[in-house]
Amino acid sequence: MIRSDVLKTLIPLISDQLLVTNIGLPSQEMHLLDDQPSNFYMLGTMGLASSIGLGLALAQEKKVIALDGDGSVLMNFGTLPTIANNVASNFILLIIDNGSYGSTGDQPTYSGMKTSLSDVARACGCDHVVECQAEDAFDTVKSALDGDQMTIIVCKCESGNIKVPVIDMDPVVIKDRFMKVVQS
Amino acid sequence: MSVNDVIMDALVENKVDFVTTVPCKQLAGVIEKIDEAPDIYHIPANREDEGMGLCAGAYLGGKRPAIIMQNTAIGVTINSLATLIQFYRMPLPMLISYRGEVGEPVACQVEMAVHTKALLNQLSIPTYHFHKPDDADELTDILSYCYMSKKPVAVLMDATFWKGA
Repeated sequence: MIRSDVLKTLIPLISDQLLVTNIGLPSQEMHLLDDQPSNFYMLGTMGLASSIGLGLALAQEKKVIALDGDGSVLMNFGTLPTIANNVASNFILLIIDNGSYGSTGDQPTYSGMKTSLSDVARACGCDHVVECQAEDAFDTVKSALDGDQMTIIVCKCESGNIKVPVIDMDPVVIKDRFMKVVQS
Repeated sequence: MSVNDVIMDALVENKVDFVTTVPCKQLAGVIEKIDEAPDIYHIPANREDEGMGLCAGAYLGGKRPAIIMQNTAIGVTINSLATLIQFYRMPLPMLISYRGEVGEPVACQVEMAVHTKALLNQLSIPTYHFHKPDDADELTDILSYCYMSKKPVAVLMDATFWKGA
């Protein structure tokens, strides 16, 4: 299974959840597969999905899923200690770890080599870290959503991409409709 | 009144309730006050771009965020300012310790100081320079202006200003 297969299986679970989607293909795939006002599409700023997600989770009570990638977490490693030490029970960091920079041509990341993101998250002090295979993504995300505990999920899947158009929505529109869902 | 107290009062008056910080010697006093403030969630960040992500998320969640940082951080936050804070039109007061100005003991700090205003100007970020302790009296209005305009706004506070701490 590649990332878009994982996202397809998750849609029934996450469609009405607050999602912060990572730059590039994760945002574009969610936009194509299940565009929702509850999706905050990042159009730039690689690395900050987990930080935006944590800030949002700390600011209000609705559940928040940051849909992140291995390359982006590697780019902003400082996020993991911040998450560990500022626990938001309504926050799920879902790292789709395909061991590659998918949006730029599938160049390999270190998480596909010797570096384990789940081990790093645990070493940073994150209390509830779950690593799963793509086939188990649904059950893993479901139990995180059903629970009341901040969860870091590292979902391993194969590298590869589907063809998706770029998002031509205005960023202010993305923000405005998202904030209305948050406030509802 | 200490400038630290004036800054704190301006934050409280503007109902700022989420502050991310990366420390600087000059900011130590105000960071301590923020950490003790009951109505402000203080979240130290490891890098300032991470802090801007936290502030963006908090704003989406209904908070009134601010970031406290050193001017050297302009170098690591330009992309976050342009593609997140400005692109999505979010307010972000940046209270900045302006290192490398007159009174600076560390030569390396001058290297970013000479670029600071030029970079902020290039980004079209409204910028205020606090040099005398009394300049802090304007902070309340600057913060209101920032949230009204939904833009990042920079307040540079130099070594001479911090003599009022």
